[in-house]
Amino acid sequence: MPTPSAELFSRLKTGDLRAASRLMSRAESHDPATIATLGEIYKSAGRAHIVGLTGVPGSGKSTLVSRLVSEIRKSGRKVGVIAIDPSSPFSGGSILGDRIRMTNLVLDEGVYIRSMATRGSTGGLAKSALTAVDILDTAGFDVIIIETVGVGQDEVEIARASHTTMVVSAPGLGDDVQAIKAGILEIADIHVVSKCDRPDSNRTITDLKTMLAMGINISIKDQSNKPVWQVPVVGTSSETGEGIDKLITTMDKHREAHLTSELGEERLKRIAEYRTFKTAEDLLRNRFFDSTSERISALVEKISKRELDPFTASDELLGNIAF
Amino acid sequence: MSSPIRVLLAKVGLDGHDRGVKVVARTLRDAGMDVIYTGLHRTPLEVVNAAIQEDVDVLGISLLSGAHMTICPKIMDLLKEKDAEDTIVVVGGVVPDEDVAFLKEIGVKELLLQDTPPAKIVETLTRLVEERGPR
Amino acid sequence: MTTLNNINAAQLEEQLELWEKEEVSTFLSKQPEREEEFFTLGGFPVKRSYTALDTKDIPLEDIGLPGQYPFTRGPYPTMYRSRYWTMRQIAGFGTGEDTNKRFKYLISQGQTGLSTDFDMPTLMGYDSDNEMSDGEVGREGVAVDTLADMEALFDGIDLEKISVSMTINPTAWILLAMYVALAKRKGYDLNKLSGTIQADILKEYMAQKEYIYPIAPSVRIVRDCITYCADHMKRYNPINISGYHTSEAGSSPLHEIAFTMANAVTYVEEVTKTGMDVDKFAPRLAFFFVCQADFFEEIAKFRAARRVWAKIMKNQFGAKKPESMRLRFHCQTAAASLTKPQYKVNIIRTTVQALAAVLGGAQSLHTNGMDEAFAIPTEEAMKIALRTQQVIADETNVANVIDPMGGSYFLENLTSEYEKKIFEILDEVKQNGGTVKLIEEGWFQKHIADFAYETALRKQSGQKPVIGVNKYVEEDEKVDIETHPYDPTTADRQIARLQNVRATRDNQKLNILLEQLVEVAKDEAQNIMPITIELVEAGATMGDIVEKLRTLWGTYRENPVF
Repeated sequence: MPTPSAELFSRLKTGDLRAASRLMSRAESHDPATIATLGEIYKSAGRAHIVGLTGVPGSGKSTLVSRLVSEIRKSGRKVGVIAIDPSSPFSGGSILGDRIRMTNLVLDEGVYIRSMATRGSTGGLAKSALTAVDILDTAGFDVIIIETVGVGQDEVEIARASHTTMVVSAPGLGDDVQAIKAGILEIADIHVVSKCDRPDSNRTITDLKTMLAMGINISIKDQSNKPVWQVPVVGTSSETGEGIDKLITTMDKHREAHLTSELGEERLKRIAEYRTFKTAEDLLRNRFFDSTSERISALVEKISKRELDPFTASDELLGNIAF
Repeated sequence: MSSPIRVLLAKVGLDGHDRGVKVVARTLRDAGMDVIYTGLHRTPLEVVNAAIQEDVDVLGISLLSGAHMTICPKIMDLLKEKDAEDTIVVVGGVVPDEDVAFLKEIGVKELLLQDTPPAKIVETLTRLVEERGPR
Repeated sequence: MTTLNNINAAQLEEQLELWEKEEVSTFLSKQPEREEEFFTLGGFPVKRSYTALDTKDIPLEDIGLPGQYPFTRGPYPTMYRSRYWTMRQIAGFGTGEDTNKRFKYLISQGQTGLSTDFDMPTLMGYDSDNEMSDGEVGREGVAVDTLADMEALFDGIDLEKISVSMTINPTAWILLAMYVALAKRKGYDLNKLSGTIQADILKEYMAQKEYIYPIAPSVRIVRDCITYCADHMKRYNPINISGYHTSEAGSSPLHEIAFTMANAVTYVEEVTKTGMDVDKFAPRLAFFFVCQADFFEEIAKFRAARRVWAKIMKNQFGAKKPESMRLRFHCQTAAASLTKPQYKVNIIRTTVQALAAVLGGAQSLHTNGMDEAFAIPTEEAMKIALRTQQVIADETNVANVIDPMGGSYFLENLTSEYEKKIFEILDEVKQNGGTVKLIEEGWFQKHIADFAYETALRKQSGQKPVIGVNKYVEEDEKVDIETHPYDPTTADRQIARLQNVRATRDNQKLNILLEQLVEVAKDEAQNIMPITIELVEAGATMGDIVEKLRTLWGTYRENPVF
C-alpha cells in the first residue's frame, strides 16, 4: 500500500529525504491525491534561498554547480539541486547525466540532487520543479539551486522564478555573447563566466561587461532612483576553484539586497503570480484532456476529413469544461 | 496522468566497460523512459543514495568485472537499511549462470545479460514496474 | 594495379556490361539475390564481383612487396616463412603464484610469448586492501601491488628468453618500473628484455575507460615510458597502440583503425616535442588490433593500417628508417563476438577470425577461449585456443606464401578504400582541433556509441545474424560448462603479502621518495620513470604512488555521450 501523502508530509518536516523523494515523484505524476498536501507544503515553505542557474550547453553549468555546492556546504548550509535536462522530442524519454559532475557530493547528507526532464512542451515542468523546491525547503534545505539548460522558454522561466538568477557563459563557444544568442542576457541578476583558467576567458568577460554597459541590462533601482543591484560579472574556474567564493558572496548579497527592499517583495509577488498561472494552466490542460479524451477522437476524424474545423471543435470542447 | 518510468543506470565497481549500459540507456530513452546515468566507478553507497534521491522505479546495475557477488549484496543491504526496498533492482553485464539463483534470492528481480535484445529490456522493466503497482 | 591499358580496359568494361545483361540478368530473373545490396560488417558496400577495373587506379608502389615501403604486404620480407607469428595467449588470475603456474603450463604447451592480464584494482591503481578493490582482487586478472608480487609472477621464467606483454594502461609505468626493478635484481641486461606494456591511455578515454588522471599528465607519462625505453631498453615496446578496445566498445572496423592512428600521431607528436629523433623511438611503437568476423574486410583493414602508418611516418614525421615506418601488430580475436548460447561454436568463430589475422599478417596472436562469454578461460579452453593457432600454422600451409591475398581485385580495392577513409577521418580530426580536444568533446565516443547501438538493433532485427542467439536458436539448450573457479582465499593471500611489504619497508625513506615523485611530476621536462623505479624498489605499493599523484593531478571524470 502506498504511504498516504499526508504522512509523507509529516515525515518531510522532520527532514526525511526518502519522503521528500516520494513526494516529488507524486508531484511530477500529477497525483490528484497529493494536491492538498502540496498546498500544505507550499505554505510551510518560504525560508530557502532559491537560485536559478542557466546557460547554454557546454558552458560548464553542472561542474560549476558541483563546485558551488561544495563551497556553500563549508558554511554549514544545506543545499538542494534540481537539475533539469531536455527530454527527447521523439520518445519523450530522456537521459539525465548531470549527477556525474556532482559525484563528489553524493555522500554528503547535507546535499540532495534530483534530476528532472522537460517532457517537451506538454508543460508541468515549472510546476514540478518549483514544487520540488518547496519540498526541499520544507525539509530544511537552505539553498536550492535549479539548474536548467538555457534554450527553451520553459527553462528560462524557471530560472526567472528564482530569488537570484545566474546566467553562465564560457569562453571558447564561439565569438558571440552566448547569452544574447540564447536570449537569456536580460534575466541575469549575476553573470558568471566559467572556465576562467582558460586564456580566452578575459575576452568573454569583457564582451559581457560591454553588453551590460551598453544598457542592454540596466541596474535595478528603487523608487528614489538609487541602484539596489548592479548586475555583476563574476569569473570562476571549476578547475582551480577560483572565483567560487566570490560568487557565493555575490549570491548572498543579492539575496540580502532583495530581502530588505520593496523590489524583493515585488519579485516574490511576480514569482507567486507566475506559479499560479503555471499551476492553473496545468490544471486546465489536465481537466481539458480528462473531460474531452473520449469525444475528441470522433471530432478528429471529422476535422481530418475537413468536415469540421478546429476552431468550432475547440470551442465546443471547451464549453464542456467546468471551471 | 502518470510520469515515465524512472531508471537509474549505475556502473558499480572498477570496470569501465560501458558499451552495454549506453545501449540500454538509449534503448530506454527511446522507449520514453527517464534514465539517470551515474557514470563509471561508483560505490554501492553512492548508487543507493542516488537511487533514493531520484526516487527511481528501477535501479539497473551494470557490472562486467565479476565482482557482482560482493557488490550486489551490499547494494541490497543498503536499500533495505535505507527503507528503499521498493526499488526494483536489475543486473546487466557478465554473470555466470551459477550465480543467478543467489542474486535472485537476495532480491535482484531480473538479470539482463549479454545479447538481451533491446526490446526485451524495455518489456521486462515495464512489466516489473506494472507488477509492483503504484507506490 | 594491373598494367591495364586503355584498349584492355574498354574491352573489359564491355565484357562486364554484357555479363550483367546476359548471364547475370538471366539468373536474377530466376532467383533474386539474397539481398539487394551487400555490405561489409563495417558498412562498406561490396559489389557482385571485382575485376581489374577496380584496381587499375591503385599505384603499383602502394602495394609493393613484403618488407618494403609502404609495407602493405607485410612488415618483413620473409614473414612466417622464417618464423611463425608469436602465439601469445593472455593469462592472469589470482596472485602472482597462481598466474605463474598458468604461464608455465602454456609454455609447456608450446606457447612462444607471455601475456599478462591484471585484475581491476591493479589496472586502476588501487591496492588490494582498498575498499574499491572489494570483490575484485585477482578475479579478472592477476593482482599486483608491489615488486614482491612481480617476483612471484615471473619466478623461474627467464625474461631474457621470452617476450612478456602486459595489458595495463593508466598504471603501466609503475608495472614497467617493477619489471625493470625485477630485471635489475636478477641481473638481466635491460637491453635484452623484450615485450611490451600497453600504455595506450588515449584509447582509454575513448573506449575502455580505464583512466585515473586528466588527459595531459596521462599522456606525459606515456611519453616518459617511450623515451625511457628508447634510452634504456632497446628491444622493448613501450606502448601497444590499440584499436582492440575501441572495437570491443562497439566501433566499426574503420573507426578502430582511424582512431588508433589518431592516437598514435598524438604520441609521436608528444615525444618529438622533447627533441628526440623520430627514428630513435618509432621502430619500437607497436600496435594491437582486433580480428572481427568479416573475413576479407579484416584482412583489408590490416593491410590498409600498415600502408597508412608508413605514409604518416614518412610524410608527416619525416622518418628515414624503414623500421620507423613498418607497422607491427598484435592481434586478438573478437571477444564481443562470443556467445553464451551454444558456446562451443565460439571455437569456430575464433578459428575463422584467427585465419584472417594470419592472412592479414599479424606479428602475434591471442585466440579467445570458448568460455569467455562466461568468465575468464579455463586451462582446457586456453589449450584449444592455442591449438587453433597451431593447426593454422602447422597443418594448413597458409603461412608459406606471404600475403597470399595480395593482388585480389576485391582485397586490393577494399584496402585502398580503407586507406582513403582512414585519411579522411584523420583530416577531420585535425580540422576539428585534434585528438585530445575531440576526446574531451566526446566526438570519438559518440561514433563508437552510435555503431554499438546500431549493432544491437541489427542483432535484434536479425539483420546481423548471430548463430545460437538470433538464428538456429536452441530453446531448451542445457549449458554444460565448467568455468574457471575463483579461489576465495585470493584476496587474503594477496593482502597478507601486501601488508608484509608495508611492515618491512623503510617508511621514512619511502616518504622522501614520494615527495621527490611529486617534484618530478610537476616538472614536465623530467622523466617519471627513474624515480618510480626507485620507489618500487623501496617497497612502494601501486596505491602509494597513484594516490600521491592524485593529490597533484586530480581525477579525470568524463562527460558521457550516448
